[in-house]
This record gives sequence, structure tokens and C-alpha cells, in this order.
Amino acid sequence: MSTETKKEVRESRKTPVVMGSLATVILFFFGILGKPATVSFELTGVRELVQLPNLDVPSNLLGTSAGVLLLAITGFVAWQVRKNIRPSIWFSLVFGAIALVALLGWLAAGAVVPVAFILGSALVLAVPIILGAMAGVMSERVGVVNIAIEGQLLTGAFVASVVSTLTGNQIIGILSAMITAALFSAVLAVFAVRFMAQQIIVGVVLNVLAIGITNFLYQQWVTEDESATNSPGTLPIIHVPFLSDIPIVGPVLFQNRITVFLAIGIVVVLWFVLFKTKLGLRARAVGENPLAADTVGINVSRTRFWWVTVGGLLAGLGGAALTIGSSGSFGREMSGGLGFIALAVVILGRWHPGYATAAALLFGFSIILRIWANQVSPGIPTSFITMVPYIVTIIAVVGFVGRSRPPAADGIPYVKG
Amino acid sequence: MKLELKGITKKFGALVANDSIDLVVESGEIHSLLGENGAGKSTLMNVLYGLYKADQGQILLDDKPVDFSGPGDAMAAGIGMVHQHFMLIPVFTVAENVALGHEPTNKLGVLDLEAARALVRKISDRFGFDVDPDALVEDLPVGVQQRVEIIKSLARDAKVLVLDEPTAVLTPQETDELMEIMRGLAKSGTSIVFITHKLREVKAVADKITVIRQGRVVGQAKPSAETKELASMMVGRDVGLTVEKKLADPGKVVLKVDNLSVLDDRDQRAVNNVSFDVRAGEILAIAGVQGNGQTELAEAILGLRALHSDTGDISISGTSVRGKSVRTILEKGVGYVPEDRQKNGLISEFSIAENLMLNGSFTKPFSNGLGIAFATRNRLAEERVKEFDVRATSAQTPAGKLSGGNQQKVVLARELSREVELLVVSQPTRGVDVGSVEFIHKRLVDERNSGKAVLLISTELDEVLALADRIAVMYRGQIVGIVDAKTDRAKLGQMMAGVTV
Repeated sequence: MSTETKKEVRESRKTPVVMGSLATVILFFFGILGKPATVSFELTGVRELVQLPNLDVPSNLLGTSAGVLLLAITGFVAWQVRKNIRPSIWFSLVFGAIALVALLGWLAAGAVVPVAFILGSALVLAVPIILGAMAGVMSERVGVVNIAIEGQLLTGAFVASVVSTLTGNQIIGILSAMITAALFSAVLAVFAVRFMAQQIIVGVVLNVLAIGITNFLYQQWVTEDESATNSPGTLPIIHVPFLSDIPIVGPVLFQNRITVFLAIGIVVVLWFVLFKTKLGLRARAVGENPLAADTVGINVSRTRFWWVTVGGLLAGLGGAALTIGSSGSFGREMSGGLGFIALAVVILGRWHPGYATAAALLFGFSIILRIWANQVSPGIPTSFITMVPYIVTIIAVVGFVGRSRPPAADGIPYVKG
Repeated sequence: MKLELKGITKKFGALVANDSIDLVVESGEIHSLLGENGAGKSTLMNVLYGLYKADQGQILLDDKPVDFSGPGDAMAAGIGMVHQHFMLIPVFTVAENVALGHEPTNKLGVLDLEAARALVRKISDRFGFDVDPDALVEDLPVGVQQRVEIIKSLARDAKVLVLDEPTAVLTPQETDELMEIMRGLAKSGTSIVFITHKLREVKAVADKITVIRQGRVVGQAKPSAETKELASMMVGRDVGLTVEKKLADPGKVVLKVDNLSVLDDRDQRAVNNVSFDVRAGEILAIAGVQGNGQTELAEAILGLRALHSDTGDISISGTSVRGKSVRTILEKGVGYVPEDRQKNGLISEFSIAENLMLNGSFTKPFSNGLGIAFATRNRLAEERVKEFDVRATSAQTPAGKLSGGNQQKVVLARELSREVELLVVSQPTRGVDVGSVEFIHKRLVDERNSGKAVLLISTELDEVLALADRIAVMYRGQIVGIVDAKTDRAKLGQMMAGVTV
């Protein structure tokens, strides 16, 4: 009978073009025009059991090798695109990571780079983004566009801080944050699924609402007596026995707060549920072709409602990670666009928990780079470095996304015929 | 399994979609439900499948009454349905699609895809379907996707299989293969309800025929019945199935398409180095299965879609229209009937009169230089409604309220009422009742007789054979060959599957 044939697909040339220009810029400015001063990578802290020597590299050599490496990746990707092979998403992610290392090397010329500190902080800073992105993956995979992640992070952060302080119990704080954000998400779900409202509009309104409510409560009530309402402290740091003593890996991965461990666990569980279980298969079917799912007896509305709502639990945890998981108290509009970065991460990660996490880590890395660079390189204008995460966002979304394909029914209400 | 429908009545407001319909399908029988678009076939099957609740009547399976509250119930009772628009998830594999909804899992809910694959292989081997369980559905040709739909039903132990207009998207070869599959299934005891409006197929495969018209059963027939007899039962009056047409007398070249390449919406090459020309006084038909670049070709000719490479050219009456605006091209004397009249041919909220002036809103007689010449517009509209036999209460009726056939007549009336030299007509009779088909075909032949060049794009081989003077067969964006209108069906079918003859 008939034979299978692949359709002719032309892969986008955008990716190699963006990569090529970035690689050239890096090679030129960080390499050829780079500073010859030494960058010293400090691999182990002073108090650690195993001690490793510092790794010293001249800044311009680092820039040059990074540039050459990036050009090599670009060349390979360009070759793949020419051959009509879709480049793996890992190329973009590795490319981004190398580019950031090159930037780090340039900024840190003549200084010491505490590697474990930077990587560890990148992970901690990435946690709210990762969890927000997982909420996004959960709702977009079933076909609901969730713009309201920002608002959920913000409410989560607020509730976690205030409830922890009031009850004196951080676990209760975390749980309340999760439940509040889930209720928030449920509102979106009800509007999107039951009333078939424009999901983007509902999402935007919810974000504005979250900002309004938290600002109001913060100003009218919390600031009256911060010590009684907004001093939850931070969660204790858990040292995993033995593993936390491994150089670099130990301090980065195995000496963290519970929120970090939870985030990593959630990513793995979500990946497994989405791609290995009946529940995930059905959810993806609902996001791709709800009518088809309906005809095989899957309840589209119920699936959408629960996935969006449970996604809210994750975003709430992400919010808690912002306050009791890192800064120790709530501040006005402290989510500061992380929810939107999470949305970009969902797209960059092609609606896949693992890739999205990798992308979120890239953002975490660029944020810590900004914070740290402000301290070590006073010569460079602060505002310039502050832009870094957002430049990365724009390049990521515009350049590397290429032909990424969202779930076919993403954002489209399902009307039963 | 024996299926019996007794006195099924289904009303939508004042409209009676099914009026006390009786139908008996014996075990292992291929029972054809023949009727025009809108006769109530699909409504009846949706009642059977639990998607609609009947107002009156009873469904019996093996003489036992059943009551379905949703597709799930119908499936559990052994009814499978292959919808006209496939209910598949394009990004899932065949095995995942088949498993969806009743997935084999271990105790923890973890998918057992090996079991799903095995089931697909088992059914596929048993009926010779030749389907790879690990293929992504979006990579499969339409004919194979349809087999996946059938496997889905069989995997759920369907004893009654409903096929809703299954051949609409298939090549003639795939249609033959499907009929073979239907016979095989019937032999193994599956009852098949075959919904169609194509007489040739009914005669080829059905054991019994029930004809439905305006929601009522108008009679039973044997497949040995004359085509003409079946057609008049279906339409309710005598219809001419063939179009009277004298030999073509082609004149000068009106449309010349030279080395044309066009990209589709996803930036894939939909039309690939296509060249042909259409002369005055002839109908050139572009035949081919849907989705082989015909849509993009028509849009490129009209200037709605940019040409891809630097080499190609389109010229009308000797002048190149490459890169010209749609309006410039229309003013060169081009009439266009788009394939999707509801989306691109009409504005459903506008009245017939308003729709009739869409392509002339900036010129006389519709415009008087400042605004719309309402009196003229309405007078012309009344005339055209009469001339083109549009059945509507008045020319002020919104176009969306008309039946498919009448909507198409409005589009034709608009396009033919201007001075045109070239007519580009896409799928002129899709979703149009047989009575209107006759009228539309006759009008197109009249236009050709009066010396116009007609480019007909149609996926219905019957229509192509009825109207064309020459036939160009399109496959995957290329023209496989341009042949004489007397070429036989089998050869055309092969060409439609890409075989160069």
C-alpha cells in the first residue's frame, strides 16, 4: 500500500544567523579586544574538605576560545539547517551557557570568580523561574495560555512571607502560598474553560489584580509592623550527607533549601507524568486536539481545569522560594517580571519540563552575573549589566526559538459541538 | 452485530433534521447511506454515536434497545466511527493515538506502549493495513491516517463501523484500497455504515442502499440500480449527470504560468516549478488530491500569495502580473471563485446585494464617485438573483443564511457579471447540492463557449472529467502531466498518486 514520506520542511536560518553574529561579537570584543589580565576561577571555598587549586586563565584567551567554540557550534548548526535537519535545542542552550561564561570572563578580568557561589546562586535564583515555567508547561500543554504566572508568583511570595511570620511555621507558609496561587490559577481556569473568555485578557487582569492586592495589603497592613507580619526568616539549608562534600557539585546541588530540592523533584515528576503516564498522554491530547480527545471519552474541561489549577500550586511554591526561600521577606512587586521570564522559558524550552529548566538555569545564571558583576567591575555601567538577563530573553525568544511549535490548541477555548 | 434504528426523529428548533428514520443494518453488511449534503445523514450518525440525543425513536443492537449518553457509551456498545475530519493527534504516534482514551497501563498509571504497539500490529496485520505503530501521524499520508482511525475503532472492538464521507480526502487508488478494507471487515462480521454522496462508490461496494432526502428515508435500492435512478432518488427529481458540451475551440493564450514556485503558510514549497497555459475558450482542469498545492497555485495567480523564486512568472493576456496587486490583476479581467466560499468568497453578515458588489465597490455602476449607488445596486442584485437562480427571500437576505449551493451561485454571479477574460474557479461544487451542481457546471461551460479561459481547480475527479478540455494533474506541488480530457479514470488516478505516465 502507500508508503510514508516526510514532507519537505525548510528549517529556519534565523538560528545560525543570530548565533553567528553573537559569536563574532564575543570573539571580537571579549577575545581580540579583550583584556590580558588573568581571571582566577576559584573552584573550592576556604572551609571545604577537599581543596582544589584555582584555575587561572587570561581573560582575552578565554574570550577567544569561547568565540571560536561558538563559531564552531554556529557552523555545525548552519550545516544542519542546510541539510534540513532540525538542530537540537541543546545547541542553543550550550551556546547560551558558553556566551555567558565569556561575558563572565570579560567582566572578571583581574578578579577571582567564586565558581561554586555563582553556580549555586544561579540555581537558587532560577528556582522561581523553573517553578513558574512548570506552571506554564502544565497549563499550556492542556491548551490554556497562562499569562498570570507573574501574579501567582507574587501572591505566593506574599502569602508565604506573611503566613510564615504569623504562624511561626514556614511549612504552613509554603502550603498557604501554594494553595492561594492555585486558587488564583483556578480563577483563570474557570474563566478559560467554563466561560471561554479570552485567556490573555484574563491573565493580564489577574496580574494587575495580584499587584493591586499585594501592594494594598503591604502598604496598609504589613508595613505597620514588619516584624510581626513580614519577618519569616529563611528556610534552613539542608546538607545532604556525603554528597554535599563533593567539590563544586556538593555546594551547588546538595547544600540547599527545601525549595530547591522540591523544584528539581517537581521537574522530574512532571516530565515523567507528561510523557510516561496515561494522565500525561491524555493531557497532551487535550492540548493538541480537544475534539479528538472528547470523542475518545476524555473530559476536556475537567482535564484543563485540574492541570491549570495544579500548575498554580507550583507557581505558589515558586513565590515562596522568592521570600522564605531566598530573601527572607516580602517586598513590593518583588516578582519583578520573573513570571514573564518563565513564560519565555516555556517557549524557549519547547513546552518540555527538562529543556525549560535548562533555559531557566541560563536566566538564573545571567541574573547572578548581573548582581556579581556590579560588585567586581565598578568600571562598567550598572545599567548595562542590568540589561543582560533581558537581552538574553529577547535573543532567546527571537533567535533560538525558530520553528518551535506550541500545542496546537494552545489558547483556544473548546466549544462542545 | 445487527443495528436497527427505529423512528429516529431529531429537531433543531423548527428544522427537522431527521424525520422518523428507520434503518436496519444486518451483521456483516455494508449498508450505504446515500444523500446530499444537508440531507440529515451526519445528524443521524451523531445520534447513533451518542453525540446528539434523539427526540424520538429507538436504537437497537442485536434487537436489544440501547441508550447512549455520550460517545463513550456508544463505543462501549461496539459502535465505531470514522469521522470525516479525522480525530487524531498529529504529533502522537499511531500507537499513542490508538491507545488514547483506554490506555494500557501498569498499576501506577504508567503507559505500556509496548502493549499498544502490539495491538496496532495485530490489527494491522490481520486486515493488511500496513501501518507502522511508531510512525508520527502527521507524517502519514491521508489514506493511512484513515486506516489509523479504523484501527482505533477496531481496537475498541467495534462491531458496527460508521464511515462518514470517507473517500472525500482520498486518491482514487486509496479509495479502492479502502473499499478492499471495507469488504475484508464485512467478511469478518463487522457491520459497516457507509455515508456518502458519491454514486459510483455506492454501486461499487454497498450491499444495500438507503437513500435519505430532507431528513426522511425516501427509499431502498440495490447496488445494481441505475446511477441515474439513484441520483433522482437522492435529489428528488430527474437530474442531468453529464454536461452537454461541444468540442472546444481554443483561441489565444490568456493565462500563462511559467516556472512558478510558491511557499505555503509554513514556508514549505507548496508549488514547485509549475508551468502551463490556459487559452481562451477552453477549460483547463487542475486535478489532484487536496493539499497538493492547488490552493497556493490559485492564490498566487490572483496575487494573494507572493512568488517564491526569482525565476517564475505569471502573465495574463501577454503582460506579466508578477508582484502586481490583487486589484490590478482583477482589473485585467480575472474572475475568482475561491475554494472556501464561506471564508474567502462571501461575507456572511453582508446581504446578497452587498456581497454582489464586493469586487466593484470602487467603480461604476456600484459607486457614483462619492458613495454607493444604492438604487442601482439593489436593482442589479435583484436581476442577478433571478438570472443565477439564487433561492432567497430577497436580495437583502444575509449571505450566511443561504444554503451552500445558493451561496456559491452568489459568488459566481458576482464574478461572472464583470467583463472577464479568465476565470479561476476553485472547488466550485464542494458542499453544493446536486441540483445546483448541474446549474453551476452549465454556467461554466457557457462561459467557456463564450470565449473565456477557465482554470478549474477540483479534487473531484467526476467534476474534472465532466468539464475539462485538458487536465493537468498536480501532485506534491508539481504537475505530473497535462493530458487530454478523454484520459481514463485509472490512469488519472495513478497520476494523482504521483506516477508519471
